[in-house]
Amino acid sequence: MSTPVIDIRGVTKAFGEREVLKGIDLAVDEHEAVALIGASGSGKSTLLRCIDLLTEIDDGDILLDGEVTTDPSVDPVGVRRNLGFVFQSFNLFPHLNVVENVTLGVTRAHGIGKDEARESAIAILGRFGLEGREEERPRNLSGGQQQRVAIARAFATRPRAMLLDEVTSALDPELVGEVLAAVRDLKEEGVTMLIATHEMGFAREVADRVGFLHEGRLLEVGPSEQLLEGPREEATRKFLRRLLDARRV
Amino acid sequence: MDAPETGSEQVAGAVPVTVDRRAERAAAQRAKDRRGTLVATISTIVVLGALTALTVTSAGWPSVKEKFFDWDVFVDTFPDIARAFWLDIRVFVTVEIAVLILGLIVALVRVTTSPALFPGRLIAFAYTTLFRGIPTILLVYLVGFGIPGLQLTGLPTEPVILGGIALTLSYGAYVAEVYRAGLRSVHPGQREAALAAGLTEQQTMRHVVLPQAIRAVGPPLLNDFIALQKDVALIAIIGVTGEAFRQAQIATLDNFNYTPLLGAALLYLAVTIPCAYLLERWERSRDD
Repeated sequence: MSTPVIDIRGVTKAFGEREVLKGIDLAVDEHEAVALIGASGSGKSTLLRCIDLLTEIDDGDILLDGEVTTDPSVDPVGVRRNLGFVFQSFNLFPHLNVVENVTLGVTRAHGIGKDEARESAIAILGRFGLEGREEERPRNLSGGQQQRVAIARAFATRPRAMLLDEVTSALDPELVGEVLAAVRDLKEEGVTMLIATHEMGFAREVADRVGFLHEGRLLEVGPSEQLLEGPREEATRKFLRRLLDARRV
Repeated sequence: MDAPETGSEQVAGAVPVTVDRRAERAAAQRAKDRRGTLVATISTIVVLGALTALTVTSAGWPSVKEKFFDWDVFVDTFPDIARAFWLDIRVFVTVEIAVLILGLIVALVRVTTSPALFPGRLIAFAYTTLFRGIPTILLVYLVGFGIPGLQLTGLPTEPVILGGIALTLSYGAYVAEVYRAGLRSVHPGQREAALAAGLTEQQTMRHVVLPQAIRAVGPPLLNDFIALQKDVALIAIIGVTGEAFRQAQIATLDNFNYTPLLGAALLYLAVTIPCAYLLERWERSRDD
């Protein structure tokens, strides 16, 4: 059996009195896409942030390609260089244009030459339908375009895994499709992904497995179809039913 | 106004009433603008006229006019003051550069979190608190007379250098706080995005946080420069010769006529007004 790319073992995290993660175990294999679903506040974002070392865990371990990353002696910069993170609110750099947003990490963190980085950034942007927008400032783009730039930025360093934190939650409904298409594109290329999402249809289509987070615990994980059609746990059924009801109204 | 014309082409006569309403609205707007200009002109003439009348009819006006607005004295003394103003400009530019560097260093030290830099943070905090709280004129005295008083070799004794140091210390404290406000105004998500892209803390500061912080505080920084530009005159009090205000003061002593002071004021305005204009244009261009 091969080593999982991301291996989460017994991770806990509390903010003051509030326990957000109460012992999470989850492994993501190479080329696998795992979707995390669950109500707001269930811990999805916190878990992704812990993997990228943007939030420190309290207990447990997280391994990247078999190496512990959450040990205090590990340099977080080296870990983050192997991961790509896409934020819910894009967080593009407003003082840089689109192509500079994509190349900043490639040139500064990975030491790739300016010209080479630019060329490959333009190619990635084109792939996500952003040709001709390279010199624009982020504020002149739609939300959907901005999020696609953010995905290109995270992917440009060819990370070992991508962490997608509710990448469509800040978008107007008509812009969701174009962003999901970019993620689908990554999946087709075999990029390893951990995706926190509220889009059930998308989770079923793109994810190999879906995990349901409930009050800080990973209640069940299973193949997408099975978990979304016939979940074992009552809480999962309730959550999915609530989502369906909400859509009907 | 040709907007109504293009409008009429677009509707192509289908809804002719639109064109009439547009023309009507445009005409009404023009009439309103004309009325506004007229009212503004009349009220300006009335107010300025009243102020002038009040001044020139005052009991002391003839002697003030003689003491402050003597054309011959102005022509006599202005060239010397203008030459002396060159020193003001040089001091201003030098101090300004020093202030920008000192303020940035102090601000950067204050926003660090590393335990090793705790003494630095303490010193930076004490510096901004103390030097912002002391009047600049007092600092100029303290540095100007205090440092030579130590009689240590190697320390500067030139009044112009001491005055420059005093101004740098005073304005450095203000500018450090302006920078710090700018650094704090950058959204935390920006720092996280830079770290997530694999940048180190220093790279994050240099390439992502600092450029945005400086952009945010450009106008307040320029505002402080205008204030500094005027306060260069303070170095006259510790015996800096050949400075514009000092030169004007000396000139007033010749015959107790204060016109040279007005000459110096004009020189300061000649620099500060364009600065203020540029500042306003800059602020406006950033709004879009």
